[in-house]
Amino acid sequence: MAGNSQEYISHHLTNLTYGKLPAGYVRHHTDEQGHTHAEELSEATWTMAHSGEEAAAMGFSAVHVDSLGWSIGLGGLIMLLFWRMAKKASSGVPTGMLNFVEMIVEFIDNTVKESFHGRSALVAPLALTIFTWVFMMNFMDLIPVDVLPTLFGALGVHYMKVVPSTDVNVTLGMALFVFALMIFYSIKIKGITGFVAELTLHPFHAKNPLVQAIFVPVNFFLEIVALIAKPISLGLRLFGNMYAGEMIFILIALMFSAGIALGLMAGVLQWAWAVFHILVITLQAFIFMMLTIVYLSMAHEDH
Amino acid sequence: MNINMTLIGQIITFGVFVWFCMKFVWPHLLSAMQEREKKIADGLDAANRAERDLELAKQEAGDKLREAKEKAAEIIEQANKRANQIVDEAKENARAEGQRLVAAAQAEVEQEANRAKEALRKQVSELAVAGAAKILGKSVDASAHSELLDKLAEEL
Repeated sequence: MAGNSQEYISHHLTNLTYGKLPAGYVRHHTDEQGHTHAEELSEATWTMAHSGEEAAAMGFSAVHVDSLGWSIGLGGLIMLLFWRMAKKASSGVPTGMLNFVEMIVEFIDNTVKESFHGRSALVAPLALTIFTWVFMMNFMDLIPVDVLPTLFGALGVHYMKVVPSTDVNVTLGMALFVFALMIFYSIKIKGITGFVAELTLHPFHAKNPLVQAIFVPVNFFLEIVALIAKPISLGLRLFGNMYAGEMIFILIALMFSAGIALGLMAGVLQWAWAVFHILVITLQAFIFMMLTIVYLSMAHEDH
Repeated sequence: MNINMTLIGQIITFGVFVWFCMKFVWPHLLSAMQEREKKIADGLDAANRAERDLELAKQEAGDKLREAKEKAAEIIEQANKRANQIVDEAKENARAEGQRLVAAAQAEVEQEANRAKEALRKQVSELAVAGAAKILGKSVDASAHSELLDKLAEEL
């Protein structure tokens, strides 16, 4: 049972990976009779990973097909919905879905107006994209953990992680994009000298140039840590929350196979955790959006 | 927790979605919403204005009505006054006419009386002449004594 559980969990946490196996890597195949064959690759090969070890061996030249696929699919879905509604929108009476979409847009617009004090055509649409997209990605967490992997397993796809925001690549990717925007706007608004000055002249400041010269590296170290910490914490916060949530769902799902009493309890727990998670996924999407707005607002502020 | 090219893929995807949202979604939705907001505000404004106009019109109608009533009252009063005046005039005329008639009648009566006196006087003088002629035994030439007779008649 313990081995099975471990297998079950790690299977759920392995991405469907496509990448390049290096030359000389030994692949292990298991055929129908349960025999294991070893095959040494004569040259670097682009292929689907058949196990977590293979995926790890691929290193950086690999793509999580499931994370990226779901992420693009969900983002595309929400963008398509908003695009259709944007085409439908007029100054007349809004109906049905358009009402809902406008409610979200108004909510985002108000939030941006409250927190972002510069003028930018980018921040509000950026916030809308983040909020809706991250929400959609998080929402996949509410689908019972075995449904989609089983479905894809029946189609011959052996690994399927359906919640893109439990993939650190996805969350860090978004955070790094935000980070790039922060740097871009900092330099655009304050100039390269202003940006450097912001990094080196705070928090310690002295009138004496000699003392100031000593402070510069100290300031730079402190500020650069603070700067780098922003995207890291932004990406890891979302990842950590969603990963932990997913983990709990997997652990609860394990209980279903442990007798009627535990199974019933698991049902109750699953329901309770899912209800709680409705709050978590919305909150995390909102936090990601809010922090992005705040960071960009700071980048726009000239001291 | 493998960091790999998924990261790059996600960054590119993110960029594309943000660009798409910025280009095709946000401006359309927001402008439509702002336009509608303006339309509604205008509508409410117009309703307010109409209400104010109605209020003004009502007030004006009330003023006009009161004015008309006042004028009507004035006209009626004038008419009454005129009627009284006419009645007074008529009374005055009637009285004057009466007096005139009375005066005329009196004058006629006086004239009649004078005429009667004259006739009487003439007869008396004739009688006196006849009496004198009888007394004197001869006729008195009326023409010769007419001066005398006339004086007599006047004295009577």
